[in-house]
Amino acid sequence: MDGIHDLGGKQGYGPVRYTLNATAFHSPWEVRVNAMYAHAVRSGIFNMDEYRHAIERMDPRHYLTASYYERSLTSLATLLVEKGVVAREELEHRANGAFPLSSPSAPGRGNAPARQCFKPGDRVRVKLDFVPGHIRLPAYVRGKVGTVVGESPAYPFPDAHAHGIHAEDEPTYDVRFRAEDLWPNGCDPALVHVGVFQSYLERADP
Amino acid sequence: MPDQDRVVLRTATVEDRVDAIQAALDAKGLKASEAIEELGHKAQEEWLPRNGARIVARAWADPDFRRRLLANGRDAALEMGFPMPKHHRHLVVLENTPKVQNVICCTLCSCTAFTLIGLPPDWYKDLEYRSRVVRESRTVLKELGLELEPGVEIRVWDTTADTRYMVLPERPAHTAGWSEEQLAAIVTRDSLIGVARL
Repeated sequence: MDGIHDLGGKQGYGPVRYTLNATAFHSPWEVRVNAMYAHAVRSGIFNMDEYRHAIERMDPRHYLTASYYERSLTSLATLLVEKGVVAREELEHRANGAFPLSSPSAPGRGNAPARQCFKPGDRVRVKLDFVPGHIRLPAYVRGKVGTVVGESPAYPFPDAHAHGIHAEDEPTYDVRFRAEDLWPNGCDPALVHVGVFQSYLERADP
Repeated sequence: MPDQDRVVLRTATVEDRVDAIQAALDAKGLKASEAIEELGHKAQEEWLPRNGARIVARAWADPDFRRRLLANGRDAALEMGFPMPKHHRHLVVLENTPKVQNVICCTLCSCTAFTLIGLPPDWYKDLEYRSRVVRESRTVLKELGLELEPGVEIRVWDTTADTRYMVLPERPAHTAGWSEEQLAAIVTRDSLIGVARL
């Protein structure tokens, strides 16, 4: 889905709020949320792709105003309710107030039918895929051409794995793009590398 | 007279929502409180940037280890006693040189090799870093205090799959003859992310 979470290259955001020795956690509840979602994944209640997708399904207004760990909390609660582990009413009763959850999921999809293998040096194009469900691809490389620089072991295909659809594991390729090709006349020159699942790629003309 | 009584719940505070989840899981025998004890400890006491710093120091001191680290980061980290989670199946270590500066990010969420680099700092997860570092890398690095010479190539690595990345910073010239322990002490978390040089 082309959701609010897909931030790469979006304009209008201000200076990075950087501090030296910045911390990961700011209050004890954040540590608890982080532990509980990891525990739910470890216990097999949901997987990491479902977890990421439930964050992406948050109402955009809520997403933008929530802190990182509030997003994590919202995903955890949404999935516990969707999986039937706990009822929303129980959570709201226990919390003594409304418990905002993410929007329902749209359908996912399986692997691309004819996947090609690539090797370092190959020129590849990112397919023009527009899907309503989960996709682990930043929109800023969609349709763009880059060069393969590395290959990973096979992973579960996220577009299926986030939706409980069976799919084959597939490799991801580290693909190198020139920033100037991604945002012509609108960026700092650099080489930008993205981990791209095999299903999202096709061979580019030489 | 109103049409009907409508109860509009105010949104519960975030702390109350966290309490609710923890209590509900505990009530169902899903042992949330035990997990918080265990994983909270790991997140705050074990998964720390000092792990990555020790790996970097070893790579600086031992050329054979450096080769193994660059060839297969996951195995080399494990060799030093730093396992990565099951779903982090691959660690790519990115070597800086005088002419190359690597920097990592995650524009879609906030993925990192957290067992080695630590849970990411707040700014790494913020909207500003995620939106801007891929498109305005040199500007963002400068804002963060790293002003690179024009001839230095910037390589940004967006963690959009389950491959994890860690930067291998350059060894400062003044550290010749230092022990691994001394070397590890100067490696900062931000240098492992690539927004600082040493």
